[in-house]
Amino acid sequence: MAIPKICGIETEYGILVKGASSNPIAASSVLINSYLVDLGHHQGRPDARVGWDFEDEHPDHDARNDSFALESFAPDVDSHLVNAVLANGARYYVDHAHPEYSSPECATALEAVQYDKAGEHILLASMRAAAAALPAGQEIVVYKNNSDGKGNSYGCHENYLMDRAVPFGRIVHQATAHLVTRQIYTGAGKLGGENGVTLPADAPFQLTQRADFFEAEVGLETTLKRPIINTRDEPHCDPQRFRRLHVITGDANMCEVATFLKVGVTSLILSMIEDGVYPSDLILAHPVSAMRHVSHDTSLSRPILLDNRSTITALDVQWRLFEAASKYATEFGLESLGVDVGSAILSRWEVVLDGLETAPMSLFTQLDWVAKMKLFEAYRERHSLAWNAIALRALDLQYHDIRPEKSIFGRLGAETLVSPSDIADAVQNPPNSTRAYFRGRCVAKYPANIVAANWDSVMFDTGAVNLRRVPLMDPMRGTAEHVGRLIDTCDTAAELLAGLEGHDKKDEYHG
Amino acid sequence: MAERITKAKSTPQKVADEPVDQATSAKQGEKIKAELDDLLDEIDSVLEDNAEEFVKSYVQKGGQ
Repeated sequence: MAIPKICGIETEYGILVKGASSNPIAASSVLINSYLVDLGHHQGRPDARVGWDFEDEHPDHDARNDSFALESFAPDVDSHLVNAVLANGARYYVDHAHPEYSSPECATALEAVQYDKAGEHILLASMRAAAAALPAGQEIVVYKNNSDGKGNSYGCHENYLMDRAVPFGRIVHQATAHLVTRQIYTGAGKLGGENGVTLPADAPFQLTQRADFFEAEVGLETTLKRPIINTRDEPHCDPQRFRRLHVITGDANMCEVATFLKVGVTSLILSMIEDGVYPSDLILAHPVSAMRHVSHDTSLSRPILLDNRSTITALDVQWRLFEAASKYATEFGLESLGVDVGSAILSRWEVVLDGLETAPMSLFTQLDWVAKMKLFEAYRERHSLAWNAIALRALDLQYHDIRPEKSIFGRLGAETLVSPSDIADAVQNPPNSTRAYFRGRCVAKYPANIVAANWDSVMFDTGAVNLRRVPLMDPMRGTAEHVGRLIDTCDTAAELLAGLEGHDKKDEYHG
Repeated sequence: MAERITKAKSTPQKVADEPVDQATSAKQGEKIKAELDDLLDEIDSVLEDNAEEFVKSYVQKGGQ
């Protein structure tokens, strides 16, 4: 049976400094530092910082085999830049030239939506804190998008826990058609083409921000020659049992429904692949060109070629996957997605595919590309604007502004799936049902005793002779159920570590 | 798939068969248009003052 699809979303935000010239790395550092200092003040400490531990980072490991690694660039990891672990279990840091929020490990797609939105609130609080620290007239503003419209892209990556027993080749073979065709609901919309792509002057709108940037079917890179399936083999957990599939094709979504389907349907397809029931005839002949064809076709009617030489639209690929998934739900159950969330994924998926089939514009409050396209059309009509009007390009960017006073998206009345109080809770507290619970609770309760933390361990200094690393090699352990009471009852980190030893003998909670 | 698509495509048909309250649908249409007008007014008021400078300055190098 498919293993639980523990998942998370990492978002690189676009960053702009107003009223001063500044490089984006410095601006990103200022932004995040301001947040941590502000947070620390609220807690009566100089700084809320718990640093990241780089011990187990191997971003150059390739899932195919190690010989590929030499051809590829490993990202620079500069530990001098700000890099923090938050009390909700997230990582908040400067990645390349952007502020990045990596959500904690979430148990379901709905939780992933909750922690993705919490990330927006953290970025917003960071902007407020930075504004208070900067001279008057200067402001740092972030945008939750993936392209500057000038050929530069930055990512919104998803991560999914998979069973190591599933051959990587099968994942490459079977996940690609979904990643290409899901663009019809995951797209955040964009004016114009980039990376050598030219769109017709009278119809320059496309479904996604990212499609123009994919140039390979499979590979290790994330910053150039981007592949549809990324082979980074860095599980951040027990490599004998698990794989972390790193998906780099997605857009950062403003619409909660779009994020829910992006993560939810992908989790479902990956569960089907794990259980060996992916429809064997749904394999694309030319995925790289299909990626662009699908994104460039707002009519959703252009056929793409399957491996068996028949043609099919992206929408019909998604209908076929929906049919197979419905059958899978009946025969195998949806435990790997959380049963209730799993059925919510199926029903929402059907509603959205129906909408795309019959009246796409009716999805105005659910899908970003639809919302943007409708806004562009209405705004053009009102002001008699040509497609190349600068106001439309400004609108394209400002749609993704997360400041309530400036956000265009924030004015649409988009449908929500998570309540404001649940989002506020997710800013402060970790998910209950993954190891992020242990990480987040420890960061909140024993910050002075944590030397550093990362995805698969927390390093303590209790004043004893040796530092003590607590490994978290199983993403499904270290949950509220496992360690909630222990943390509740331990006032100090030393007590916690002593308690864990007794706990381990009984339970081996950290695998 | 055939079954699914037939079902999806039959939806508008079913709606058309039902008696349509023209006054209600016209009213709804007006309401939607009024809401969209309000939204466009708001966009006009919050869109960055100097759109050209904003678009020009938005350059994001070095991302994944």
